[in-house]
Amino acid sequence: MTGIKRRQSVEELAAGVLAGSEPALARLISLVENQPAAMAKVLPLIQPHLGRAHCIGFTGPPGAGKSSLVNHVIRLIREEGRRVGVIAVDPSSPFSGGALLGDRIRMQGHYLDPGVFIRSMASREHGGGLSRATNDVVKLMDCFGLDYILVETVGVGQIELDIMHTTDTVVVVLVPEGGDGVQMMKAGLMEIGDIFVVNKSDRPGAGEIALQMQVVLQLNPRYAHNMPPILQTRSIDGSGAAELVQAIEQHRLGLNGTLLEARRKERRRVEFEQTLARLLIAEWKGFLASHPGAGARLQEVAEGHTDPYTAIREIFPRGIIYGG
Amino acid sequence: MIKKVLIAKPGLDGHWRGAVVVSAALRDAGLEVIYLGNQTPEAIVQSGFQEDVEAIGLSILSAGHIELVEQVIEKMRQKGMEDVLLAVGGTVPPEDIPRLKEMGVHGVFPPGSKVEKIVEFFKQERN
Repeated sequence: MTGIKRRQSVEELAAGVLAGSEPALARLISLVENQPAAMAKVLPLIQPHLGRAHCIGFTGPPGAGKSSLVNHVIRLIREEGRRVGVIAVDPSSPFSGGALLGDRIRMQGHYLDPGVFIRSMASREHGGGLSRATNDVVKLMDCFGLDYILVETVGVGQIELDIMHTTDTVVVVLVPEGGDGVQMMKAGLMEIGDIFVVNKSDRPGAGEIALQMQVVLQLNPRYAHNMPPILQTRSIDGSGAAELVQAIEQHRLGLNGTLLEARRKERRRVEFEQTLARLLIAEWKGFLASHPGAGARLQEVAEGHTDPYTAIREIFPRGIIYGG
Repeated sequence: MIKKVLIAKPGLDGHWRGAVVVSAALRDAGLEVIYLGNQTPEAIVQSGFQEDVEAIGLSILSAGHIELVEQVIEKMRQKGMEDVLLAVGGTVPPEDIPRLKEMGVHGVFPPGSKVEKIVEFFKQERN
């Protein structure tokens, strides 16, 4: 980690972030990413300062052009004089644990702009399209004072949908080769967008796929009476990007206080459960170390003699929360 | 142990294969590699600063290594990044290696350097 010579405490770094210090933000992001327990100390300090930034997610299959579109969105937001943070997630190798973080390279025009803070993150062991710490980093950027936070998922398939639990507006980016009408009807990605984009729209089939999307979305009761925008863009030259930013603004304005708060309430509920699950596993590991009986049961499961349900019932006869 | 590094090519030299081969090898060794391609020294350092990387690797095959590294080191000093590891690979003649090390470069990898040695360098323990 950088700053080895002068280690600042979690509390000092959090205060620095609230005061708008860029070095503090960079270091605190690293800390919460590498030490899951750190956020437990940080969150109470920053909680009163959250909720100001509008968070927009960009998701879609690999190679759809998410980063290149985000690059244009940054430019247009900056033209309005607003400050923007970007979190770009790329996949970690399940074999080596390493990652090639290749989203920042698409945003070259913005490196030296003091109103833009870009952070690349590897998904690490997390599924769902984001990394475990992405939600935490959104909060840090929020209390740092950025107006917009753009979150870009890894290339997703159909069911990595964490982005909807992390952002206020979800932009789903597809390409003309994305399949036919039946493909569009499959659950998942086609249900979570607030805005749908067909990128690389110079390629053949762009118009047809936009039409397929319209037909399918109309069949969904969630959208039938409130159709989301379906836009066509070309991230190679930015055509359609201005309309995309307009649609994002429209969505943000349309999310009146009640709707926005309802979405955020749901996100906080999901976040609570995810945090609980993580802490539970961490406590279990401690329990395992000090209860040989539990270790023996686990060994039986590992050897195939017992199933997990039976073993858990034996270790925790009165239920997990009330103890064994 | 080092986890997050930045690999970039300062200046206009377009020979990308070395940087890409090293980036892939580091990824396969478990590191998180931000590959930036060609950038100015200032853009490289500012990126490394925001990403809070633990090491920066520069690939330079243009013979401009002395000037470019000088600029990178100066920018790093301005941002308080003296404890970030710095490596330079490329067409560095033997007589320039001590000079680069004096300037503050921690590892120099001239033509013929083994990828394994480069990976070893980036995977070193920091204290």
